[in-house]
Amino acid sequence: MNVTVCVKRVPDTETRVRIDGTGIETTGVKFIVSPYDEFAVEAALRTKEAAGDGAVSLLSLGDASTAESLRAGLAMGADSALLLTADVGLDGLATAKALANELQGSDDALILFGVKAADDDQQQVGPMVATLLNRPCVTGVASFEVQGDMAVCHREVEGGVEVIEVDLPAVLTITKGEYEPRYASLKGIMAAKRKPLEEKEATSVPERLRVDRLSEPPARAAGRIVGEGPDAVPELLRLLREEANAL
Amino acid sequence: MARFEGIDFYDLDSLFTEEERMIRDTVRAFVEDRVMPIIGEAYIERKFPKQLIPELGELGVYGANLPEKYGCAGLNNVSYGLIMQELERGDSGIRSFVSVQGALVMYPIFAFGSEEHRTEWLPKLATGEAIGCFGLTEPDYGSDPGGMITTAKQTSDGWLLNGGKMWITNGSMADVAIIWAQTRELGDVKGIRGFVVPTNTPGFSSRDQKGKLSLLASDTSEIVLQDVELPESAVMPESTGGLKHPLMCLTQARYGISWGAVGAAMACFHEALSYSKERLMFGAPIGGKQIQQVRLADMLTSITTGQLLTYRLGRMKDEGTMTPQQVSLAKRANADMATNVAREARRLLGANGILVEYNSMRHMANLESVYTYEGTHDIHSLILGQKLTGLSAF
Ligand SMILES: Cc1cc2nc3c(=O)[nH]c(=O)nc-3n(C[C@H](O)[C@H](O)[C@H](O)COP(=O)(O)OP(=O)(O)OC[C@H]3O[C@@H](n4cnc5c(N)ncnc54)[C@H](O)[C@@H]3O)c2cc1C
Repeated sequence: MNVTVCVKRVPDTETRVRIDGTGIETTGVKFIVSPYDEFAVEAALRTKEAAGDGAVSLLSLGDASTAESLRAGLAMGADSALLLTADVGLDGLATAKALANELQGSDDALILFGVKAADDDQQQVGPMVATLLNRPCVTGVASFEVQGDMAVCHREVEGGVEVIEVDLPAVLTITKGEYEPRYASLKGIMAAKRKPLEEKEATSVPERLRVDRLSEPPARAAGRIVGEGPDAVPELLRLLREEANAL
Repeated sequence: MARFEGIDFYDLDSLFTEEERMIRDTVRAFVEDRVMPIIGEAYIERKFPKQLIPELGELGVYGANLPEKYGCAGLNNVSYGLIMQELERGDSGIRSFVSVQGALVMYPIFAFGSEEHRTEWLPKLATGEAIGCFGLTEPDYGSDPGGMITTAKQTSDGWLLNGGKMWITNGSMADVAIIWAQTRELGDVKGIRGFVVPTNTPGFSSRDQKGKLSLLASDTSEIVLQDVELPESAVMPESTGGLKHPLMCLTQARYGISWGAVGAAMACFHEALSYSKERLMFGAPIGGKQIQQVRLADMLTSITTGQLLTYRLGRMKDEGTMTPQQVSLAKRANADMATNVAREARRLLGANGILVEYNSMRHMANLESVYTYEGTHDIHSLILGQKLTGLSAF
């Protein structure tokens, strides 16, 4: 069972983001593999382990520093990685096309994505790649199991679980479910150095989305104290009704 | 409190390789997820958290700088040091467990044992399936282990051990003990040899050291050896260097301790810094007061100095040029530094600083053991003094 996992390098989710014109200031920012993509890597490794054979390949579109993120995935246990070098912007379709161009020839039974990237939160690229490859797609998968030529996917919906059976080859986007990512073992980190990590330029896809400006949200205004104790209640109610339109 | 991100005021990160950073970050995440949530309670309960033993084995921290051939990770010494740093950021007891297992049990088996010793024990010790301890210190021979009175007498078909060891980390949990014993006249430091002793050998017994006020989440035990009969093969064949060989093991462990102490200090600084920004007194954060800023600046300076020491020491160890005296300097300086940082952090935290919910006092108490074991602060002064003057002051 061969599985490809598409991963994205993103700023650490604990980063205090500072804005720099049309992007974010990256100096001093720690980058990580997007946490949802880590779930997908974990899911891929478990799928391979359950099948008892096959390979897990990683694919990423990013700048040269993305190699470090791919090595982190190799250290977790993936077998090989391919970095498509490009300046990645916010245009999900451009990213999806660049990935799909590479995946066109792939006969891997599963292509996994995180349900979304932790940075831009667009949730587009997985389903778009599926469409471009003309493969079925299940999004927001909390767990799945391969049964013959099919993947049985569980999605968490309000108050229950939705079970979707999908024919392979398929594209799944993985959410936080039961795929708590494993720690890379120290031996795994050493072994990652010896695993193939190929780099090549991505086929160029023009971006059709332009960022004109990024700005900080306005600072929140200070609160107002309308009084103290029971005496303040009528005034508070009046303001909530008339000014805040909350009641 | 914000997530622990380490302290790197002098951008040492740019001197570590990508792999070294990845190893450090992996162990850091492990400590955050697996150690931090349970360590306070383990400490109060005075129990080593045994559930971590196989997990640490899976991670690969035991004897991580020994070759892959024996099931170890085969890392360089800087990576090994970073592992110790991160583990001790959690607790000195966890780091001590790993130090003993790797530097004091696996290392001597690797360096002085027979190939049978290596293949029998190293893979099991690397996974944590077997636990080891190191018995050098005796009740009356601490700083002066050369005087030991534990003896090994050659018999017709092997060895007979008698004596006792004291203050032995992992002593009650261990499956195998590296016991150093005198094979000649008492006091003949050249006659000291190392034995690989399965702890289920008749005559071997151990007892938990009661009443500790430091390193509570660690097994510290006394070992009694009464007519312990061992086969000829129990002696480590290459341990022919007398006292020098256990001291070589100590050099390995002290190397790790010099990194570990930095980790404990970083944990305390992180806690103190966060607290100083959050704790309001006289209507403002205490971190805005000059006294606390001096305290924090002093801590940062000491930690940065300690980091530079270990970084350079590690590179020298990897280049093969590191001397035992350089290790003495780093162990001495960093254990002392960390003890002081921990105490200052505890003080900055006020009354909260005496609670187990915070980490600084636990580190402060632990570090008193770290200051004392593996050659006390004073003994390392004498080692350096001898190096400088050529005169022994022991
Ligand atoms: C928690 C813990 C775990 C330990 N784990 C192990 C272990 O796993 N295996 C093991 O073998 N040992 C272990 N030890 C023992 C440790 O290495 C010894 O405690 C240490 O070497 C000091 O010996 P001592 O306690 O007998 O002190 P002593 O040697 O009695 O020293 C007492 C004081 O005198 C000072 N002193 C000693 N000699 C001189 C001198 N010549 N000049 C000036 N001052 C001097 C010392 O610095 C110290 O301040 C452990 C100790 C502790 C506390």
